[in-house]
Amino acid sequence: MSDTLARPMRFGSNSGQPLTRRDGIAKVTGAATFAGDNSPEGLLHAVFVPATIARGHVTYLDVESAERHPGVTCVLTPQNRPPLQGDPSAKPTMFSFRIEVLQDDTVRYAGQPIALVVGETLEAATEGARLLSPRYEVEPVRTSLDDNEAFGFEPAGFGLPAGAEHGDVEAGHAASAKSVDVTYETAAQYHNAMETHAVVASWDGDRLTLDMPSQALMMSCAGYANFFGIPPENVTLSSPYLGGGFGSKAFVTGPQVLAILAARMAGRPVKLMLTRQQMFGPVGHRGATRQRLRLGIDENAELTVIDHEGLAETSTFDDFVEPAANASQGLYAARALRSTHRAVRLDIGTPGPMRAPGEASGSAALECAIDELAELAGIDPLECRLRNYAETEPGTGRPYSSKALRECYSQGAARFGWADRPLEPRQVRDENGLLTGWGMGTAFFPAPMFAAEATATLRPDGTALVETSAADMGQGAWTALAQIAADSLGLPMDKLEFRAGHSSLPDGGIAGGSGHTATAGGALHAAGTDVVQQLGQIAAADPASPLHGAGNGRFVARESRIYLEGDDTRSEAFADIMARTGSAEITGSGSASRPPEDAERHAMSSHGAVFAEVKVDPELGQMRVTRLVGAFAAGRIINPRLAESQLMGGMIWGISFALHEEAKFDHRSGRIVNADFAGYHVPVNADVQGLEVITVHEDDPFVNALGIKGVGEIGVTGTVGAIGNAIRHATGRRIRRFPIRVEDLLAG
Amino acid sequence: MKSFDLIRPATVQEAIAAWEPGASWLGGGTNLVDLMKTGALEPGKLIDLGRLAVLRDVETLPDGSMRIGALVSNADLADNPEILRRYPMVSEALLSGASGQLRNMATVAGNLMQRTRCAYFQDPYAACNRRAPGTGCDAREGENANLAVLGWSDACIATNPSDFCVPLSALDAVVEVAGPSGEREIAIGDFHLLPGDTPERETALQPGELIVALRLPAASSGFAANARYLKVRERTSFAFAIASCAAALRMEGGRIAEARFALGALAAKPWRVSEAEALLAGQAPDAALFERAANAALAGATASGDNAWKIELGRRTAARALAMAAAGTPQRMPALPASVFAAQAGEPAHV
Ligand SMILES: Cc1cc2nc3c(=O)[nH]c(=O)nc-3n(C[C@H](O)[C@H](O)[C@H](O)COP(=O)(O)OP(=O)(O)OC[C@H]3O[C@@H](n4cnc5c(N)ncnc54)[C@H](O)[C@@H]3O)c2cc1C
Ligand code: SF4
Repeated sequence: MSDTLARPMRFGSNSGQPLTRRDGIAKVTGAATFAGDNSPEGLLHAVFVPATIARGHVTYLDVESAERHPGVTCVLTPQNRPPLQGDPSAKPTMFSFRIEVLQDDTVRYAGQPIALVVGETLEAATEGARLLSPRYEVEPVRTSLDDNEAFGFEPAGFGLPAGAEHGDVEAGHAASAKSVDVTYETAAQYHNAMETHAVVASWDGDRLTLDMPSQALMMSCAGYANFFGIPPENVTLSSPYLGGGFGSKAFVTGPQVLAILAARMAGRPVKLMLTRQQMFGPVGHRGATRQRLRLGIDENAELTVIDHEGLAETSTFDDFVEPAANASQGLYAARALRSTHRAVRLDIGTPGPMRAPGEASGSAALECAIDELAELAGIDPLECRLRNYAETEPGTGRPYSSKALRECYSQGAARFGWADRPLEPRQVRDENGLLTGWGMGTAFFPAPMFAAEATATLRPDGTALVETSAADMGQGAWTALAQIAADSLGLPMDKLEFRAGHSSLPDGGIAGGSGHTATAGGALHAAGTDVVQQLGQIAAADPASPLHGAGNGRFVARESRIYLEGDDTRSEAFADIMARTGSAEITGSGSASRPPEDAERHAMSSHGAVFAEVKVDPELGQMRVTRLVGAFAAGRIINPRLAESQLMGGMIWGISFALHEEAKFDHRSGRIVNADFAGYHVPVNADVQGLEVITVHEDDPFVNALGIKGVGEIGVTGTVGAIGNAIRHATGRRIRRFPIRVEDLLAG
Repeated sequence: MKSFDLIRPATVQEAIAAWEPGASWLGGGTNLVDLMKTGALEPGKLIDLGRLAVLRDVETLPDGSMRIGALVSNADLADNPEILRRYPMVSEALLSGASGQLRNMATVAGNLMQRTRCAYFQDPYAACNRRAPGTGCDAREGENANLAVLGWSDACIATNPSDFCVPLSALDAVVEVAGPSGEREIAIGDFHLLPGDTPERETALQPGELIVALRLPAASSGFAANARYLKVRERTSFAFAIASCAAALRMEGGRIAEARFALGALAAKPWRVSEAEALLAGQAPDAALFERAANAALAGATASGDNAWKIELGRRTAARALAMAAAGTPQRMPALPASVFAAQAGEPAHV
């Protein structure tokens, strides 16, 4: 403990504490109300009908039978759907997707909504939906990467990723003493948060109230308002709890728009909640990729070139191309680097960002390819990575704002016992005869910031209220954010009232991109600091205060006292200042975003190293990850318990990516044949063993005022490759397709 | 979900009287209700057997056989001390199936009657001869990686997914049924049917018949000291088998006096081959012998799609299960029942 205390406490004592989730008890006791738990007076239930073909047209719906079913109040089809003010095929903002809201009879993918049935009960609406018995005109479907022409595109930000090119790539190829040219494939994955997408919509004139899980409250308000021709401020969105989001709850979706429309038509509140099966289509997914990596090294195993070509699926009507090849951009010091993206249009729902978009799929392929190179060079995989350690950002030469990756490698390797690893594959068996292999991967994720606002109000009784609309996806954001807020005000946690998850509060920005704690936390910190400065000025102007005359200085707060910065002898308690000067509440506000010049000056990323042990039955091919050690440097850790839990969650996702998750298509019908949790596998407890997380200290003065980078997504990266490499090491088999299956290890 | 009538009879006689074409028996509902939700099955009437307390007993009969009521839950049966002692691989197979919650709900009869996991059977919009006779079989050219390599027909390549049924088959269980024309018994080997041209006929039950009990013969407990179930799967727990084997040996003086083994997940019924078992009788256990027996059991196996790999996996699974049985039934149920990782020490239980 002593060295923890010796560290400078830049931001007070609440941060750094492993507090448990503030909403934990409410959640485990069921007191927490998720969106779908709300049932206002007069509620109707909506059910959408998913298309069972993937391409073609709806030619017939038995509306009459559905309408006749007792309890059905309304059947919405392209024939009678009232106009919407927003154009579903427009993209009004950077983060908009085109959606299907019964604009025509065209079917673009299986699972697309083709009608909405509203009823007095969920059962009535469900049966009404069944009775519609759609008929179709079917066209041939394309659901595999080979089913359509690949195309290149002009990068256009979100959805159409830019590649990169640095140095002379052809020269890099020519200069290589050894090289690999390998193609890796990753499967389509569907977010499938535990809580499926839901909405309870109520209208009062032209004011709309939504109970809806949202990773981006203000963006959602604007997004939904757009479709109904009302100003965003007419939308009140409440999202107190989310049962996970993973990127899929940040966007406007068609089914939710239809439910809101149904509520307006009925003049009654309407609830819609997707079934598990309905999650496989209209609410985004991680697109399948095929990635070709051509890497070259010189005699010293230093990279002469990284040439990473990504091919990814997108839909026929919108663009989201998994930016997989970008994972190669900021990591290894290759003399030349090229990352490019191409896409294939398929009859599928539009993919979208899913936990570590780009980096997860790209890192899976890159880290395996690096392993293949190390083997070719006859050196240890960790040594290979150290020889190619980037001291500055590859290509741009920008310094890193901070980068403790070397420490991640060494601490992770030491904890794992990596030094004992035999170089050759298929050398080790455990006491039960199982093949045992060790593999590693580098973890990497950018540290972005978005924009957020917050307010803080100090009350005369010594308590404070802080407010921001920030979302908590279940990862504990509200706890970490409250810790930051309390520190900014110099208050203990129990003096802090924290309000979030509601659109009436200041814009808390987006919970995504691993930038939420940095951004919303930055805004809260700024708001608290504003209050402290105001109170300091009040004291400075008061002859009776020990701070009198200090008005040119800056103030800091600790333990409910204001101090003159740099002079601990001059301070006064909040309560004394406020009592003497008769101040009522003091309200401050703050915002956070990253100034462009800061973003220019430094490369900003989290880093890590993941080490995996797998065991494989030599004859039967069944695999299991038996140990997983991840060491991560992600700036300042506000709450070690929650950060570790996030990192562990990411690593478990890595297990899932490597060994389990795959949406399987029937390539004739275009339907996903395993669209439920019996068929769509994710790891269960027995698949997660020996999981350890180390957070490596990193003091980053440049990334933002609080030195926070982010831990939400990086755990997925590195892990997938580490597992693939461990399977290679265990078995001698190199499998270049994720997830790796028993049959892959049996073949041949 | 289509509307249906729910009947809750108080006696077996009432239950049988309530049956009519289009009606289904309801056990724990863990399979039937799922299929009703997807629309794959649309029974007009559910006859809930839940109140038939007489079907909840597990008893040892005077002749030493054990009789298990149709409504005993999978969880209770797995934990039954007599079953654990006399037919340990039945418990091991049950505990390797589904999850704790599901096993609490699932009944013995429901497990025997559970439907194939073929994706197209579950999808009402797919062509499936088993669900809708004459419509075709979408699995033939579709997603069939985990479908049959033994006993399939052009009409249907589905597998029976049950773990429980595999040791039942090896142990010569008997199914007791009751129906409009009285009671009768069906040997487990005759209970599940291969598809042939009529895949819609899945079992030997006649319309209106229900399972009332299962019987495990007294003689079958003679294998208790050398009986194992092995299940290969795509994750460590909570996954259906991709190949499994229940192997039981009666050892005498270091030699195999009698052997029984059945394979799961490879055909529409647990697969038992008497010639393969006969190869083992009188022999001393060794790996080459087990391989020969496994080869004999898989004789005639052919891929029905992208599943040729299951043939070799089936062989290896059988050979391994026989070796595990020869090594002896463990004193305690492994923390990971039926798993290739079962020998891992210090593991928390993941049943
Ligand atoms: C996610 C998931 C994972 C699973 N994993 C496994 C696994 O790994 N291994 C495994 O073996 N199983 C697995 N199962 C299947 C499970 O074992 C079965 O669902 C269960 O055994 C069915 O029993 P039940 O009582 O719920 O049957 P129900 O769903 O009530 O009925 C199933 C069928 O049996 C019929 N039936 C019920 N009782 C009788 C009776 N007395 N006489 C005649 N017919 C009757 C019904 O009419 C119906 O057709 C899994 C299921 C799920 C949902
Ligand atoms: S294999 Fe059998 S169950 Fe599957 S689609 Fe074909 S007929 Fe139906």
